[in-house]
Amino acid sequence: MQRSTMLWTLVMVVAAAFLIGRTLQGEGGRGSAYVRVVPRAVDEDHPEGRWQGVERVDPAEYWRAQAADPAQTAVRWSPANTVGIWLAALFTLAVLSFLAGDNPVYKVAESILVGVSAAYWMVVGFWEVLVPNLLGKLMPGVIQAWALPGLEAEPDLSYLVPLTLGVLLLWRLAPRGAWIGRWPMAFIIGVFCGLRLVTYIHADFLSQIRNSIVPLVVMNERGFAFWDSVRNVLTVFGMLACLVYFFFSIEHRGAVGKCARAGIWVLMITFGAAFGYTVMGRIALLAIRLEFLFDDWLWLIDPNNRRVVDGATALLQSAGIL
Amino acid sequence: MLSILRNLDRRLIFLMMLLAVAVPILLQSRFPEKPSGLAQAVFDEIEALQPGDRVLLAFDFDPASEGELGPMATSLTYHCAQKELRLYFMALWPVGPQMISNVIQDVIRRDFPHMVYGEDYVDLGFKSGGEGVIKVILTDLRQLYTTDARGTPLNRIPMLEDVTDIRQMDLIVSLSAGTPGTKEWVQYAVTPYPHDLRIVAGCTGIQAPLLYPYIPQQLPGLLGAIKGAAEYEELVMQAYAGEDPPARYAEARRRMGPQLVAHVLMILLIIAGNVVYFTEQKRGRR
Repeated sequence: MQRSTMLWTLVMVVAAAFLIGRTLQGEGGRGSAYVRVVPRAVDEDHPEGRWQGVERVDPAEYWRAQAADPAQTAVRWSPANTVGIWLAALFTLAVLSFLAGDNPVYKVAESILVGVSAAYWMVVGFWEVLVPNLLGKLMPGVIQAWALPGLEAEPDLSYLVPLTLGVLLLWRLAPRGAWIGRWPMAFIIGVFCGLRLVTYIHADFLSQIRNSIVPLVVMNERGFAFWDSVRNVLTVFGMLACLVYFFFSIEHRGAVGKCARAGIWVLMITFGAAFGYTVMGRIALLAIRLEFLFDDWLWLIDPNNRRVVDGATALLQSAGIL
Repeated sequence: MLSILRNLDRRLIFLMMLLAVAVPILLQSRFPEKPSGLAQAVFDEIEALQPGDRVLLAFDFDPASEGELGPMATSLTYHCAQKELRLYFMALWPVGPQMISNVIQDVIRRDFPHMVYGEDYVDLGFKSGGEGVIKVILTDLRQLYTTDARGTPLNRIPMLEDVTDIRQMDLIVSLSAGTPGTKEWVQYAVTPYPHDLRIVAGCTGIQAPLLYPYIPQQLPGLLGAIKGAAEYEELVMQAYAGEDPPARYAEARRRMGPQLVAHVLMILLIIAGNVVYFTEQKRGRR
């Protein structure tokens, strides 16, 4: 084993030992989640609801409820949500382990993510698209009785057209006649081409031209607006310089060359700004994951005061009663 | 020194970045925010609305971008609730409904318990189809939405009784992490109906440069990344929450601490990289 690999493995093992030790030592509860039982579908006949659901609550609320009545079960520890927090924490660490190098733990986390995402999309696609938007339109009575009690609609046979196109699309999977799948695909491409062509011409091409026609000298109620004028001049100059750079019918020499060069500078500044925003986004992603590990899992910090309890509850906690 | 910099192990850079982000989080450092013009524009657009006006909140993001857009969603919902606007939540992303549930739970139920579901706010849930959904509900909401996210028919929801299409909304608030998102809302909803619809948006850092060309005619206000969220949060909390707002309304400003330290580290690394590059180039010439 290489020296550097050994060193990094050691660092990771120590870090993992700290994290696990932190979650197990001292007062219990770290990485725990609590829920409140809430009634669902409340009506006159069922004042306490037809069935019960749960809502996530802060640990402080659970401790307060326990302090008031230790036998209460309305606010309780949630094994499912607790396992969720632990899984999320361990998968976060597994994905971050890629920074030290490709490894089996990362591969496992990646594969599970891909599998879960695919399954989630399939389930969402069935319940949010096929059931309400297709089956619910073709046979609303059946769907209302089976899946959507709130559905109120008359059968609409025009939805046989998308059903037919969908079946034709799936024909690609058949051993013979896969070419039939090209017809609905052509329909989809045609529709989206038409939709997007018109939209881009309207929203991006024509509107952008209109938006760039601005006064270079801006006057407002107080007279000459210097900074607004500078902004407009830079906008127009930057746009023209970039256009010249992409205009290859004239050789980029002399004045045209200088203008094109300025266009490159404008583009570079734009890419730099975009890179800066990307960095900000990525750091925010890292920050939220670390915040999750430190707050929800390890309870090292409590920025939202979710575990702040009053004096009496704290006393019970410190005495080990809670 | 030069040789150390040239052969710097990339994992050491990762470790430095980890510390740069982790230490401010553990110390819970916060820095003052000065709102920019774009954040002020978003604030002013909502301020201009009257109690009872309709606002469509499109939550087109997922947990991957929750770090940036979650605080925006919280502040925007808080602001709209303070203004007593009628809130219509919807999502074009499949995980959007969970994001909607989070703000309903954390903002409306906690701080505005008097708001009634179906009268003051409604959750229309997720609809697949991307820009196709926008195109359809511009002219007929019920073509796609027969029930809300809870399965209640739209006709039985008081605040939807007289809503036939989304052109009746007084403002669209789009929180977007990609496609479909703010770009599609601008292209398909606001551009064809500039006199009927207005939009303000919050987006991830990666998306922000793509949306700047629409400012200000097609998109009057934009909150770009966590910085935009922090500025807007500052404006809303100053205006409505007083001296000591609940800690959950300081999320964006709190997350600017790690941003500052990590950006300083990035700048130092870029300078170090350039110093190495130019020094080596100079030596090569000799």
